Amino acid sequence: MEAPSAVRANAPGLEERAYRIRRNALRMGEVQGQGYIAQALGIADVLAVSYFHALRYRPEDPHWEGRDRFLLSIGHYAIALYAVLIEAGVIPETELETYGTDDSRLPMSGMASYTPGMEISGGSLGIGLGIAVGMALGLKRKRSDRFVYNLMSDGELDEGPIWEAAMSAGHHKLDNLICVVDVNRMQADGVSTGVLNFEPLQDKWQAFGWFVQRVDGNDTAALVAAFDAARHHAAPQPRVIICDTRMAKGVPFLEAREKSHFLRVEAHEWAEAIKALDDGRTA
Amino acid sequence: MNRTQRRSWRGIPAAPQDPSKPRLTTSAMIASLAGADQRTSPAPFGRALVELGRTRPEVLGLTADLAKYTDLHIFAQAHPDRFYQMGMAEQLLMLAAAGLAHEGFVPFVTTYAAFASRRTFDFISQGIAEEGLPVKICCALPGLTTGYGPSHQATEDVAIFRGMPDLTIVDPCDALDIEQAVPAIAAHDGPVYMRLLRGNVPLVLDEYDYRFELGRAKRLRDGGEVLIISSGFMTMRALEVAKRLEADRIGAAVLHVPTIKPLDEATILAEAGRTGRMVVVAENHSVIGGLGEAVATLLLRSGVIPPRFRQVALPDAFLDAGALPTLHDRYGISAEAMSANIKGWLG
Repeated sequence: MEAPSAVRANAPGLEERAYRIRRNALRMGEVQGQGYIAQALGIADVLAVSYFHALRYRPEDPHWEGRDRFLLSIGHYAIALYAVLIEAGVIPETELETYGTDDSRLPMSGMASYTPGMEISGGSLGIGLGIAVGMALGLKRKRSDRFVYNLMSDGELDEGPIWEAAMSAGHHKLDNLICVVDVNRMQADGVSTGVLNFEPLQDKWQAFGWFVQRVDGNDTAALVAAFDAARHHAAPQPRVIICDTRMAKGVPFLEAREKSHFLRVEAHEWAEAIKALDDGRTA
Repeated sequence: MNRTQRRSWRGIPAAPQDPSKPRLTTSAMIASLAGADQRTSPAPFGRALVELGRTRPEVLGLTADLAKYTDLHIFAQAHPDRFYQMGMAEQLLMLAAAGLAHEGFVPFVTTYAAFASRRTFDFISQGIAEEGLPVKICCALPGLTTGYGPSHQATEDVAIFRGMPDLTIVDPCDALDIEQAVPAIAAHDGPVYMRLLRGNVPLVLDEYDYRFELGRAKRLRDGGEVLIISSGFMTMRALEVAKRLEADRIGAAVLHVPTIKPLDEATILAEAGRTGRMVVVAENHSVIGGLGEAVATLLLRSGVIPPRFRQVALPDAFLDAGALPTLHDRYGISAEAMSANIKGWLG
C-alpha cells in the first residue's frame, strides 16, 4: 500500500491492527502448542506501525521494486511476521493453520524462499543488519528513495557482525537504513543484560554515527512519532529505533511467566490466552 | 604435535645447521609462483574484471582492506564508482555483498582465502548460498601460496567450502585461466568461490588447445602410464612433471579440473576408466577434503578402480613459515618432489 492505510477512512486503527496481529500469532502458536509467542506478542505494536503506518508495499506484489525493504534478521520471530503479513493481505489467512507443519509456506524460522514478503533468510542471528547495509548501498546505486528496515533483537547485539555493520552504515552515511531493535530483555539463557550486558545502548549506536531514538515499543503513538522522525531526519546518517517491549504483551498470565523465550502453553490455555487478549482489546 | 613438542619451538635451531647451504627468505606476503624464466601476465583478475565491467554495469567490486593484494585495485581505478571498500570486516563484506545481490547487482568480493573460508563461512552459507545469490568470492592466497604461516595459508579452504550446497568452486591454473574464468563465473546465476593468483601470474595454458569452461575438465596432454588429475597451479606443475617423465620415457596425461564443484564426473570417469594407468590427483590443498578425495569417492562410487591411486597434496598439518620454494619442496608439491614421488610410486 503506497499510502499509509491507517489514515484512510474506515481503516482499522493501529491498536486494532496490533490486536489482530497478536490474535493471528496466538492462533498459529496453538497449531504448534509452543513457540516464540512472547516475542510475537511483544513486537506486535512495532509491526503494526511498520506495516500500517511506515512501509510502502503492495500486498499483491511482494517483489514490487518500489517497496520499502523490511528484513527479519531474527528468523525465529517468523510467527510475528506471518501474523502481520496475513493482516496486510500478503499471505491468505487460511494458511495460518499450516504454521510449522510439513510443506507449509510458514516454517518455524523465516526463510526468503518459503514465504511471500520475507525478504531474507534470517535465523543465523546477526546477519540482517549487514545485508541491510548492502541493500541500502544498492538502493542508493539505483537512485531509489526507498528505505531498508532491519528488525533485530537485543540478544543479537551480542553478535560481532552487528557492530561491523553498524560502523559501516555510519561510515557510508546510510540515511536510507532504519534499524529497529526489540529490547525485550530476554534471550535463550535468560535476562539479556545478564547474558551479556549491552547497555548503555543509545550511547553505543550514537558513537557509531547513528541517529538514535529509544521508545516504549508497546506505545503505538510513540512508535508512530519515532518512525516518522526516523524517516524525516535530515542528517545523512543511519537511524535506529530502540524499542523497549514487554514479552507476551497483551496476555497478562503469559506476561507473568519467567521462562518466556520459548513459551510452552497447555492445550486448554490457548483459548484462555485469546480471551485475555480480547478482554484487553482497546478498539 | 604434543604440548612439549610445541614448547620446543618446532625443533628449529637458532642458527643454520648447514652454513654452506643458502637460506631463502620468506619475502613478501604474496610471492610470485613464477620461475625465473617463466612467462607471466600481470594482474589477470583485475584486468579481466575491468573488461567485464565495461559491458556489465551491474558488476561491482568489494573488498575487506585487501584491494591491492587481490588485484581489485585495478578495477577500483577503472570503475571508482563501482568499488566499495568495506573495511577489514569480512563478515560484513559477505553480508553487504548479499544485500547488493538482492538488489540486482553482481558483486565480486575479495579477501584472502583463509579469512573467507574460516571466518565468514556462516555468512556465505546463510547470507549468500542459501538464497542462491550471484556473489563471486575471489580469494588470494589459496593453499600454500604464502610463507607467512598458518594464519594466512588456506590449506583447507576447499575442504571447508565443498560442504556448502549450491556453491561453485573454481581453482584456475594460470593467467589465461583466470582471465577466462572471470566472465564465466559472472555469467553463472549463483554463488562462486574462486581461488585467486595475483600479481605476475604464470602463463602456461596458451601453449595448449585450451579454453576455460565452467564445470568442465580438460585434458591438456595424453600419456599411457600415469593420469595426473589436477587443479589450480598444480596443473602447471603437472605439465612440467609430465615433460620430465617423458624424458624418462614415462607417458603422463594431464587432466585439468578448474571447477572442483560441481565436478565434471563424466570426463574424469572416462579418463580414469582407461585401463592400466596410475591415477595421481595433484592439488595445492590439504590431503583432506579437496580434489583428491572428491575424485577418490567418485571413482569408488562408480566402480572405476585404477591399478593405483595416489595424492600429491599438502599434509594434514599446520604448515611451516618460510620461503615458498623451500616449503613446496618440503611438502611435496614442487615439480621436483612430485616427479620423484611419481617415479617412486611407479616402482
